[in-house]
Amino acid sequence: MSTQLKICDVSLRDGSHVIGHQFTVEQVASIAAGLDSAGVHMVEISHGDGLGGSSLQYGLSRTDELELIRTGRAVLSHAKLTVLLLPGIGTRDDLRAARDRGAQVVRVATHCTEADIAQQHIGLARELGMEVAGFLMMAHMSEPRKLAAQAALMESYGAHAVYVTDSAGALTIDATRERVRALRDSLQCEVGFHGHNNLSLAVANSLAAIEEGATWIDAAVRGFGAGAGNTATEVLAAVLDRIGLNPGLDVFKLMDVAEELVPPVAQKPALIDRAALTLGYCGVYSSFLRHAERAAERFGVDAREILVEVGRRKAVGGQEDMIIEVAFELSQRRSPSHS
Amino acid sequence: MSINGRTPRVRCAILGSGNIGTDLMAKLLRSELLEVRLMAGIEVASEGLARARAAGLVTSSDGIDGLLAHSPLPKIAFDATSAQAHRKHAPRLREAGIIAIDLTPAAVGDYVVPVVNIQERLGAANLNLVSCGGQATIPIVAAVNRVAPVDYAEIVATIASASAGPGTRQNIDEFTQTTARGLERLGGARRGKAIIILNPADPPIIMRDTVYARFESGASHEEITASIRRMVREMQQYVPGYRLRAEPLFDGDQVTVLLEVEGAGDFLPRYSGNLDIMTAAAVRVGEEVARDLLSSRTPEDAAAGESL
Repeated sequence: MSTQLKICDVSLRDGSHVIGHQFTVEQVASIAAGLDSAGVHMVEISHGDGLGGSSLQYGLSRTDELELIRTGRAVLSHAKLTVLLLPGIGTRDDLRAARDRGAQVVRVATHCTEADIAQQHIGLARELGMEVAGFLMMAHMSEPRKLAAQAALMESYGAHAVYVTDSAGALTIDATRERVRALRDSLQCEVGFHGHNNLSLAVANSLAAIEEGATWIDAAVRGFGAGAGNTATEVLAAVLDRIGLNPGLDVFKLMDVAEELVPPVAQKPALIDRAALTLGYCGVYSSFLRHAERAAERFGVDAREILVEVGRRKAVGGQEDMIIEVAFELSQRRSPSHS
Repeated sequence: MSINGRTPRVRCAILGSGNIGTDLMAKLLRSELLEVRLMAGIEVASEGLARARAAGLVTSSDGIDGLLAHSPLPKIAFDATSAQAHRKHAPRLREAGIIAIDLTPAAVGDYVVPVVNIQERLGAANLNLVSCGGQATIPIVAAVNRVAPVDYAEIVATIASASAGPGTRQNIDEFTQTTARGLERLGGARRGKAIIILNPADPPIIMRDTVYARFESGASHEEITASIRRMVREMQQYVPGYRLRAEPLFDGDQVTVLLEVEGAGDFLPRYSGNLDIMTAAAVRVGEEVARDLLSSRTPEDAAAGESL
């Protein structure tokens, strides 16, 4: 694979969190086709928590993700069909099934200190002839040198690229720069960056990452992703075009997808509201947002209080059950009968 | 256990001299039904073997060969090695007439969770302990299922990174797949799913498990809660640090049960309840097997008070 800049649009995976994993075949077909014709290099389609993520813990998929992946295969002509897999949630069997339905690229995601649980899955992806990237989530929780050591493990398992994944949208520009540089300095393979806009830094961080040598950049059209959304693909494309780094994206076509196809699906626009800002401010996994909002309503507490507390307890990606527990505890503390 | 050694006990041995084998030894040394005589590992310089010797056990660094060369042979062998190794050990133990209690994910024998199905498994040559998450959550699913048939059970096990050894890390699919099958076969769920999460927080977090169960429409929430509470009390008989973190939470025909498993701190640190629940379950299974063996002794043996 060349070291040219590549854009992976994650809206049909990260956006799944926003709508409680309710994508339909028609929605996926229209957005994927739009992204493909706008020149995006990779289109990621999976449950928000990756293959096998359909669950009571994270939300049940309305449509079987394999059906959505097959749909993507049918409409993509240039873009590579990409999937996400979190070891511990999805399995190698899930990866084989996705591959059988046309997935070409897989990102294997672990918490930023747990790279070694991805060995088998990265290895299998290579055996299957897929392109594979390691995805070190919650990268703000790890010092640059430690992050680079984990990235080196993923490279040793066969990853073609390793991502600095800012799952909490908590990285500042310098913090992004240091981490990408640390990976760039210690790896032979490519480096990627995945941002969330909780601190309104997603585009700026992506540019900093590119300046430091990152070549796989994630974005979501109209920012359609968890928390305050991801780096908006159409905005990133416009900026890259202005600075002479446009890797073949059609800015106007992306704007059209963003304005015409996403809003009817996304229900509400990506917004840095108080709860989303709290994610970035306190370093909490972005997909916790909707769960915290629902739990806040169910138990009559403030979503921010829940997020601050799960952040304090150092929850990692996937621990959505802690949200229920914290919300329950906060409601008990408030209830006079238990005080 | 009587002072003069008259109370008959059943001879047992441990395969594997790692942290699990060592914690198991600490628990077996307290057993009134099991007499642990031997630990076999594969490294001469193993700290676990040194600890076993210090505790008065015979040790061998020849693995299964060392165990089988020991006379008299144990009646029960606890296997705390790896799935790969147990697949090789299982036929040899069976041939020698030794009952295998398997703590690895090899699943050569049928699954056993002491509070759920030990009585049905007595007499089996090989008993497999499913997984740590299975030992913690299958009882809850079974508790719901006995009063309200469970259509779907899903569990999320969150363990401290520090308590996940290389075996777990390099084969994490084995955990999710084995546990899911256990939820179905033993828990009684029509369909099961398992998720595992490693949390690196320092100080390490205590093992936590969340069980979601969707049950038959209209079942009594009070009966389900009472059944879960009974099961938790039974679990506490051998895992004292097993507890509910909150009342079972109901949402229509779905219940969410939040659990915490704190270890006994015998050899392993307390936060690694995931490992402790395995060694505790192994001892419990071993004791039930021993009781069964002792009850079927010949009258002469029984009269002589001989150990088996």
